[in-house]
Amino acid sequence: MIRDITIGQYYPADSVLHRLDPRVKFVGTLAYIVSLFLFQSWGYILGTLFLVCMIVLSKVPFKFMVKGLKSIVILLMITLVFNMLFTPGEAVLTIWKLHITKEGLILAGRMGIRLIFLIIGASIMTLTTTPNQLTDGLETLLGPLKKIHVPVHEIAMVMSIALRFIPILLDETDKIMKAQMARGADFESGNLMQKVKNMVPLLVPLFISAFRRANDLALAMEARCYHGEEGRTQMKPLVYKMRDYIAYGILAVYFGTSILGVIFGF
Amino acid sequence: MSVELRDVTYTYSPGTAYEMHALEHVSVEIPNGQFVGVIGHTGSGKSTMVQHFNGLIRPTSGNVFYNGEDIWQEGYNLRELRSHVGLVFQYPEHQLFETDVITDVCFGPKNQGLSPEECRERAREALKHVGLDERFYEKSPFELSGGQKRRVAIAGVLAMNPSFLILDEPTAGLDPKGRDEILDQLALLHETRGISVMLVSHSMEDIARYVERIIVMNKGHVAFDDTPKKVFSHYKELEQMGLAAPQMTYIMHALKERGMDVDVTATTVEEAKASVLKALNHM
Amino acid sequence: MGIIRAAKLGFDYFRYEEEGKEPEVTRAIDDVNLDIQAGQFIAVLGHNGSGKSTLAKHINGLLVPTEGTLWVDNMDTSQEEDVWKIRQKAGMVFQNPDNQIIGSVVEEDVGFGPENIGVPTDEIWRRVDESLRATGMIAYRHHSPNKLSGGQKQRVAIAGVMAMRPKCIVLDEPTAMLDPNGRKEVLKAVRELNEKEGVTVILITHYMEEVVFADKVFVMDQGRVVMQGTPREVFSRVEELKALRLDVPQVTLLAYELKQAGVDIPDGILTIEELVDALCQ
Repeated sequence: MIRDITIGQYYPADSVLHRLDPRVKFVGTLAYIVSLFLFQSWGYILGTLFLVCMIVLSKVPFKFMVKGLKSIVILLMITLVFNMLFTPGEAVLTIWKLHITKEGLILAGRMGIRLIFLIIGASIMTLTTTPNQLTDGLETLLGPLKKIHVPVHEIAMVMSIALRFIPILLDETDKIMKAQMARGADFESGNLMQKVKNMVPLLVPLFISAFRRANDLALAMEARCYHGEEGRTQMKPLVYKMRDYIAYGILAVYFGTSILGVIFGF
Repeated sequence: MSVELRDVTYTYSPGTAYEMHALEHVSVEIPNGQFVGVIGHTGSGKSTMVQHFNGLIRPTSGNVFYNGEDIWQEGYNLRELRSHVGLVFQYPEHQLFETDVITDVCFGPKNQGLSPEECRERAREALKHVGLDERFYEKSPFELSGGQKRRVAIAGVLAMNPSFLILDEPTAGLDPKGRDEILDQLALLHETRGISVMLVSHSMEDIARYVERIIVMNKGHVAFDDTPKKVFSHYKELEQMGLAAPQMTYIMHALKERGMDVDVTATTVEEAKASVLKALNHM
Repeated sequence: MGIIRAAKLGFDYFRYEEEGKEPEVTRAIDDVNLDIQAGQFIAVLGHNGSGKSTLAKHINGLLVPTEGTLWVDNMDTSQEEDVWKIRQKAGMVFQNPDNQIIGSVVEEDVGFGPENIGVPTDEIWRRVDESLRATGMIAYRHHSPNKLSGGQKQRVAIAGVMAMRPKCIVLDEPTAMLDPNGRKEVLKAVRELNEKEGVTVILITHYMEEVVFADKVFVMDQGRVVMQGTPREVFSRVEELKALRLDVPQVTLLAYELKQAGVDIPDGILTIEELVDALCQ
């Protein structure tokens, strides 16, 4: 049921990618996504090769990555259909008044590959990085923004707490739904207005519970001397190791090649 | 009238790496008017089992019957079933949502399609049954104490006039006073309204005092299903399941071992006292 | 001198209903005097609303008394500049296991406290290791807290407090939401901390079987300490406990009932062995 939804799921394993500094993975994912939109034709071979290497290196079963694709199936279908039907050009197939064009097929294929690769690429990052490493990485990468008074530490803390409580709140939603169903509540039938109204017995208790948890958590954090970033040390400070520099090097070569590809029109 | 599980198996996430059998071939029948206790440690399948009785969970295999009718047959009205088989979840006070106590209790009857007057009538009756004072009826449920909130939540299910009432750990997290009040009210309810009550608990002491039958769950199976005295006589096996018999059982067995002629089936302090006094007088 | 001392402690909760209206005042703690020695195992009993949780929050400096003074390791909790030192000296574990774990990985959660008080990285790792070992949770260090049982979560919370090297640990009904196995696990961990590490323990509970081991028991009612003494002393006053609607261990109750019926056995029996020995001399 509802608890099957996975958000940013981490897959514990011992691989090079798992051990990489989260900052490298962030920058890498970003570079990869940009490169996907630079490629014209042959570049996709490079992109595919790179992705396959990462999948193998990550030691995460491929089916976990495919799982992430399920959530975008509809988006993917819409993109494909739109591109196929509404790109002007040489018609390959005509059904009634709709033309499927050659250019449309190429564009659709390109968009499809981009989307699929993008999702797999991003899920490799989330599958190999714990939520805490992710937020730590983000915190250090965005560190310079503190100078213009962006509360980077606070944002990172909020993110990591949210990540910890999402599964708990999902479980709770499931529980409250069942409890209200036992009292005869109906969450399925009725028109939109009725459906929204029927959600009240679910949402009110859920909000109350979230506030209660927030209150408890704030107390627990205070009791453990949390008082913001000031004077705080880190258990797992981010320090670049040899492998991280090597990874940056590989990324630079990959990205450089992609740029060259654009220049020479591959 | 009865509720029955026949050869019920329930599997979580079948076909995936997380596959887990929560229940395996469970058959239980509860005739009308019984006061039953269900015991088992966390993960024994007891909570999964009780959710089958009102159709919140559909068995992977096996059948669930209410008054002899299969509740998963085509066209069976599950919503109506849920008003006959009331289920109170753990920490039920977390489901309260209305602005005042009485409106919250009206939620169930309202879903049954009763008129506002009938709803309020039912709600008042239910609140009386759980022993909540009338001056709280118009208050916000969130202003009440933990024990009071829980009683409001139980009334919310009771107001649907179920003939079977199942409560999943109704006393969890309450202090001794709150616990006793709720259990006493339930016993009274069982006596005066004649409804069947099923109490899920992990406290043997609580259960020993009230129920006439105990179902012990272990690893998704029914390990024992008998009168409390007979179940507690298996106290060594209970311990292996991570459960324990009431303290009295241990005392009586220890006394018996030391040569005192006491009744080892005594489970409450009163019974133990009578038995020890009797044995002492004969010495 | 005791590690935790309270003199004429009082605390009022104010509830503001409307602007300009006089607030509703609830006396949560009333004239409480304590002198707890370092290394003791203290149990506080009382039902909900008796003021025991409010008292617990005072020891950690989460609440400041409205009357009287509380000293933790000779620091007055009302002195704001000492508040972080006080919270480090007197750690706190709460009732709900889910709502006090901050980290998404067990070891990171245990490291949260030391991070906050500025412990150097190497030292944090050492402390995390030690605390996880002391609570028997070392095998779960890379696990997500969401996959643990209630008892295990509470042991993680205890480890998190221990990693701050407190002198005293206050546990506010840590077992109220656990099943019997979880309760046993947590109690065992707490007793070991007290015996092996010499940490002062203040355990707030309403389960009587948990206080049998305590050096001293306080019973609270309506914000006041109404009974205090060794468990044996407190539990020999069965009638008073009943009047407060608190549980008495069943074996103690049976012994008391038998004594009332004329059987010659001593007062305040706490364990099955004691009762059996007394009856079968």
